[in-house]
Amino acid sequence: MNHLLRSNAPITDIAWDRLDIEGRERLVPALGARKLVDFSGPLGWGHSATNLGRVSDITAPGENLRARQRRVLPLVELRAGFVISRDELLDADRGATDLDLTELDAAARRIAVAENIAVFHGWAEASIVGVTGATTHEPITLGTDYAGYPGQVAKAVETLLEAGVSGPYGLALGPKEYTGVVETTEHGGLVVFDHLRQILGGPIVWAPGVTGAVVLSLRGGDFLFESGEDLSLGYSHHDANNVHLYLEESFSFRVATPEAAVALTA
Amino acid sequence: MTQSPGLYEPEGRLSPELLDRHRAILSVQEELQAIDAYDQRVEATSDAELAAVMAHNRDEEKEHAAMLLEWLRRHDPVLDRNLRSYLFTGVPITEIEAGAAAPVPDDSGSVPAAGSFGVGSLKGESL
Repeated sequence: MNHLLRSNAPITDIAWDRLDIEGRERLVPALGARKLVDFSGPLGWGHSATNLGRVSDITAPGENLRARQRRVLPLVELRAGFVISRDELLDADRGATDLDLTELDAAARRIAVAENIAVFHGWAEASIVGVTGATTHEPITLGTDYAGYPGQVAKAVETLLEAGVSGPYGLALGPKEYTGVVETTEHGGLVVFDHLRQILGGPIVWAPGVTGAVVLSLRGGDFLFESGEDLSLGYSHHDANNVHLYLEESFSFRVATPEAAVALTA
Repeated sequence: MTQSPGLYEPEGRLSPELLDRHRAILSVQEELQAIDAYDQRVEATSDAELAAVMAHNRDEEKEHAAMLLEWLRRHDPVLDRNLRSYLFTGVPITEIEAGAAAPVPDDSGSVPAAGSFGVGSLKGESL
């Protein structure tokens, strides 16, 4: 048994399977950042920090000595707790297919959004500088006319090309912007979504938590997500009526090439 | 050509990949047997110099066994999974099985822990 303590939970194998399947199905669509950045790991729950390959000078405890301290980026832990009725779990064993897993779904959404925000917009307390905070390029204003998005995205791609950043490129869109892009056609009937794909050469990603949009290179080596414990389902405690579970992960994120992305603001 | 005495089925019905794994398994057996033999002889001899030579040879056989085991691990995903679960943990060995719920290595060779959704990288996916 690992620290998730799953075998201590009053949950049968069948019910665990249902929870695992439901959790994954809810997580994957919302994990927009992972569809655009490099992912390494998982390196395990015991992995605590990312090696930055840098040192800081510190005072040596003696004469004629030089002292340096390695710099690392500590991993952060994210946990989203939720509660499931024990009756509902027992119904899973009876073959019920309409289990009420609303709280699991909400927890999956919360942790996925938090991951997206950390990657794209940063998390100061965790020492994570996000993609939009790191970029050296001026942001491009999107405006409210979705039919104009291809022009703005083309401008972002041109900015990256001028900076020597090759493609393919991907586009992360906040939920409102994503819906607008999918629903809008340009003059001549071309769907904006398809036009954007042609410009980018890479995926357009629904990324809840993103404000506006971000265009970034997918060539690799620029945006580094390091996973300690990948998204997991663990057990906290239970009482007569409910089981308290949680979704959890540990990770760090860093931008290696700030000029490899352009922010598009709403 | 004579058939390897370790084969239980006609060689013609076995794939080249399986036959290579068979060769590696036989070699691991031979290395482990040599380690066992040297171990006994080192302990039994009253000549200190001979004991030192045989101890040296015994430890070289351990290196050979480890190299072969690593080759087998790279060619047998299930063995790989189990070695990742059981080796180098420090946890009581009999407690490991409950936590080893058939994790599958990803492209980077990393293995999601039991309880993980195994999401990993989604790079390049759009939905």
